[in-house]
Amino acid sequence: MGLTMVEKILARATGQKKVKAGQVVEPKVSLAMSHENAALVINQFLEVYKDTGLKPRVWDPDKIAIILDHRVPAESSKTATNQKKIREFVAAQKIKKFHDIRGDEGGICHQILPESGYVLPGTLVVGTDSHTTSHGALGAFSFGIGATEMASVWALGQVLNVEVPGTIKVVAKGRFPRHVLPKDFILYLIGLITAEGANFKVLEYHGPTIENMDTSGRLTVCNMSVEAGATSGIVPPDKETLRYLREEARVKGKIEIFGPDPDAEYEKVVGIDVSRLEPMVACPHTVDNVKPVRQVGKVKVDQIVIGSCTNGRLDDLAVAARILKGKKVAKGVRMLVFPASFRIYQRALKLGYIADLVKAGAVIMNPGCGCCLGVHQGALGDGEVALSTTNRNFKGRMGNPKADVYLCSPAVAAASALTGYITDPRKGGK
Amino acid sequence: MARVVLKLGDDISTDIIYPGRFMATVLPTETPQYAFADFPEFNARLKSGQVPPGSVVVTGKNFGCGSSREQAASTLKGHELVIVARNFARIFLQNAINLGLRLVVCPEVEAEEGDELEILPDKIINRTSGKEFKVEPLPKARQAIIDAGGLIPYTRQRLLEKVAARKRA
Repeated sequence: MGLTMVEKILARATGQKKVKAGQVVEPKVSLAMSHENAALVINQFLEVYKDTGLKPRVWDPDKIAIILDHRVPAESSKTATNQKKIREFVAAQKIKKFHDIRGDEGGICHQILPESGYVLPGTLVVGTDSHTTSHGALGAFSFGIGATEMASVWALGQVLNVEVPGTIKVVAKGRFPRHVLPKDFILYLIGLITAEGANFKVLEYHGPTIENMDTSGRLTVCNMSVEAGATSGIVPPDKETLRYLREEARVKGKIEIFGPDPDAEYEKVVGIDVSRLEPMVACPHTVDNVKPVRQVGKVKVDQIVIGSCTNGRLDDLAVAARILKGKKVAKGVRMLVFPASFRIYQRALKLGYIADLVKAGAVIMNPGCGCCLGVHQGALGDGEVALSTTNRNFKGRMGNPKADVYLCSPAVAAASALTGYITDPRKGGK
Repeated sequence: MARVVLKLGDDISTDIIYPGRFMATVLPTETPQYAFADFPEFNARLKSGQVPPGSVVVTGKNFGCGSSREQAASTLKGHELVIVARNFARIFLQNAINLGLRLVVCPEVEAEEGDELEILPDKIINRTSGKEFKVEPLPKARQAIIDAGGLIPYTRQRLLEKVAARKRA
């Protein structure tokens, strides 16, 4: 039997011909990403070196990326002090892939990594963030780990005691109907297999729909794979991956493209025909509580959020701007827009999307994660409802356990901004 | 014998265990104060020392899903709680093992708040109801970390071995 994508990548990262699901390996890491929780990683890293007589040095400063994005600019003196500690560590350890709170380099980690060309197909990426699954969109095996695990990676350059995960193959066919987007596809899949349906497994995406999907859509799909419990989502790299890396990420060096073996062994195959999908919503308080918009009834919305690592890219802003151009966000609705990076922000400015959104009544926030996880701006009041293009709707997620969060695509969010109710973009929103 | 001090349902996310708004607090010495902060009553009991170490939280499937925040494990470790679940989400499970938080995978567990449990390596005996439930082993891949008392001592050991090997070479 042949190897899945992830088995192939883990075989390379351990210098073996093949590895199989269930085996325990200690792969070498190509890229280790952290954000503000680097403050905790630094603490644990120094703990590792305690009483060893060794000088704390990261294994390879060029393979570490740190992006400040979770609470930017700092919302409290505590955060500001943590961020300062991170800057000092970055300087002392000579870490170059550092993105500070700046309009010329900043943004959300899961956007900065791909657009900066830091992620290459066939490599192993770890990050102290659960949505590190995103980078599977470029054909890397990319998964989230905790801060102590990252401290171990910083010290040793490898992840210890990794069990090679089994893989579920997802085959998508058909063309997306109008106003149905990759976000609807991944929400549908999570609803289908449940929030723990892929726990400890990899979701490997195949089929003509995925082949025709651009990298932005693939990032959305891989990003939310973790909401089905997956260790990672992964798309076998192809022409589109090459195009993105050369044209958008400006990668100059060698890029290796390989897919899984044709006879790879999968635990399960799930087939989805996207031509039959419709705009979807994940209802409170679990991401697998997914329904078509037309089945949610009349739900009044207080806050619309468009953005995040899931749906804050240029095409997402374009969808919203197209729906909102020349119209007004409904009275009583707050609409917040978080571009995923400043590069995207700048391009959206140039293309006029930002002006269209602001004229319609939206507030443009700086790129960051804060609102999505309720740590910085955009908190909800008691009993309020948010409709958001982000990735989680857990109780308390947007800073208030007495509020409700619904998840959707940028098209549903924009259409709903116009009416003030959760709205099917095929009908409402014009 | 250990008493069940809290019973929860399925899909308890790290946002519930350790709400995002306290994430600026990162150090394991400081996180325990915010454990289950959105359950004010339980949080108050933890903080006032009314919950003895070794007390049990019984929960459903997919405990610890969501964010990778390690505070969710360190906040529970700080109170030396034992978490019994039908199963755990991956990153939480690894964080817990890395920090030495005790987890028990028990797919059929039935217990109510106040029940007394005897937790053995292969089974849980609910001394209140008299029923027994099979315990599943934690992933074998992680045994070396558990044996070393957590990932920090284990990494330290591996680092020293690496340095020694380099010196020999």
